[in-house]
Amino acid sequence: MPETKPVLMQGNEACAEGAISAGVRFYAGYPITPSTEVAEKMAARLPDIGGVFIQMEDEIASMAAVIGASIGGMRTLTATSGPGFSLKQENIGYAIMAEIPCVIVNVQRMGPSTGVPTAPSQGDVMQARWGTHGDHPVIVFSPASVYETYYLTIAAVNLSQKLRQPVILLLDEVVGHMREKVTIPKDSKLMVEKASDNVPADWKPYDDKGLAPLVPFGFGHYYHVTGLFHDQYGFPTGDPPQVERSLDRIHEKLLKYRDEVVLTNYIGHKEPRVVIITYGCTVRSARAVVKKAYWNNRMPVGLLSLQTLWPFPDKEVREVARKADVIIVPEMNMGQIVGEVERHVKDEAEVVPLNRYDGEMISPDQISELMGRWLS
Amino acid sequence: MAIIEQLTKDFLRTKKLPHIWCPGCGNGIVTAALVRAIERADYEQRDVVIVSGIGCSSRAAGYLNFNTLHTTHGRALAFATGLKMARPELILFVIMGDGDCSAIGGNHFIHSARRNIDLNAIVVNNHIYGMTGGQHSPLTPGGKKATTAPRGTLERAFNLLDLARGAGATFGARGNAAQPRQLEQLIARAANHKGFSVVEALSPCPIAYGRRNKLGGAVDMLKDMKENSISMERASRKEQSELEGKTITGVIFAEDIPEYAAEYYNSIGKSIPVRNDG
Repeated sequence: MPETKPVLMQGNEACAEGAISAGVRFYAGYPITPSTEVAEKMAARLPDIGGVFIQMEDEIASMAAVIGASIGGMRTLTATSGPGFSLKQENIGYAIMAEIPCVIVNVQRMGPSTGVPTAPSQGDVMQARWGTHGDHPVIVFSPASVYETYYLTIAAVNLSQKLRQPVILLLDEVVGHMREKVTIPKDSKLMVEKASDNVPADWKPYDDKGLAPLVPFGFGHYYHVTGLFHDQYGFPTGDPPQVERSLDRIHEKLLKYRDEVVLTNYIGHKEPRVVIITYGCTVRSARAVVKKAYWNNRMPVGLLSLQTLWPFPDKEVREVARKADVIIVPEMNMGQIVGEVERHVKDEAEVVPLNRYDGEMISPDQISELMGRWLS
Repeated sequence: MAIIEQLTKDFLRTKKLPHIWCPGCGNGIVTAALVRAIERADYEQRDVVIVSGIGCSSRAAGYLNFNTLHTTHGRALAFATGLKMARPELILFVIMGDGDCSAIGGNHFIHSARRNIDLNAIVVNNHIYGMTGGQHSPLTPGGKKATTAPRGTLERAFNLLDLARGAGATFGARGNAAQPRQLEQLIARAANHKGFSVVEALSPCPIAYGRRNKLGGAVDMLKDMKENSISMERASRKEQSELEGKTITGVIFAEDIPEYAAEYYNSIGKSIPVRNDG
């Protein structure tokens, strides 16, 4: 085991450090609170390790530059917040369509529009899912701590490379700015092999048979990259069977690797009556409630925290629904993931939303007060 | 003739032809000039990348046998900036139309110029949005008609090269589809220049622009283009009044200023891989 030492770190810094540990050597971004520390950390660190930092003229350009650098063979990341995330959407769709790996960090703030700069919120869950136009697959992670931010960033980078799929990290202002202890492996060897042109002679950039590795530009494989529907070599097509096959294929790769992509964590009673399902910083309040109710008082309660929001952890949610009578879904928005929970729980349990959208966190008291109704 | 045959074999994706462009369109002439310029510069095929935006001329990328990147509307230069910074040894040609480059992509255009990053922007200026059927662009001359300016546009057009120069570009040239040999030379010179280079390639769109403005067919438009243009060299010997209505062609400006990607790599103490080309 490599030598490790605990350090005090902010969520945004942990995101940057995680990215560097996972081999990210290119960052393009535009300043926006509460995400700017990610850019600042990258600007300080990347030049020392032979990487590229560039502050672009706007959010759209940042997203485009990241895709361009990925096509050149670099591991890439960009960070933003709500308004900037809206601007990035068209090019996120491009990266999904052209299957170019990259990681997009959105440190959520209270919206819509400029909103309350920069009160915390979890209002971008559905934008992360459906922000760009057309049917498309997405991977979205939402860490609840600085530690989780570090490791989920690494997972995001690696999955993005493996599946040739953009991965979105949905932080929130609380997690992004909170300082906590993180244990980082010293001299970590998480770097993955360098991009190369070492592929079989019959390599096709968009092979119908499944996942083909991305061969960066400049190695003599003269393929085409486009946001148009394309054939196996990347050339535009409007042929209906080929269009349908392409759209199926980019969705199927997520289904195939579903268990690597969908990450959740359950704590609490084995036969719970009430289960809390939540994500991001709200997990912290929920955990405090479950600690007190279950660990101290052995009450039949549990917490399913979702590290992966999309693809939605349907199996895991159905599993707790079969045991529980009631599922409480606290969110710092007007109810976004709760609809998805209801869709999968059906009549197995009663689903109760708990929403707060005044720019403040949901407190443990709010959750325990609601939970108390079914436990007395 | 032998050279042309060789070119189509290596640098054109002949299986993707015929192209989608209308009869009389200048895009094919500009694309051919680009291909000959690449041949003239003697670059290795694997070192050349074609990036393009969205619009008629941007479809050229699909017909060129290199690593080709057909991006989103207006964003070609931003994609190219990321790629150039990741792989500074590659030679990037960025094909854009007038609307793509100067309207929706205007911000990326001025900032690429400001950085003086070594990208070669080929702006195919046909004064109109062709693919969407003839709407006015920031390069449509004042008074000219478009579907969205049926009485003639009241807006003033950009002078693209003035804009580029003002924003910090270090090479600017103008050519046209009626004088393809000159255009080829200008593109080759742009590629050879270290820094942000802009080649404005005037090109006829008889279908969406010429017809509505009664400019005749493709041949008439090419003829006018040729007659109305004057080389930079000859223009410099004329009075301002004699240049009324003339379009100046050739290298309009060129200066030697440190290039961004090279400066960045130098600043972090990392060497850029050396290409072996002529």
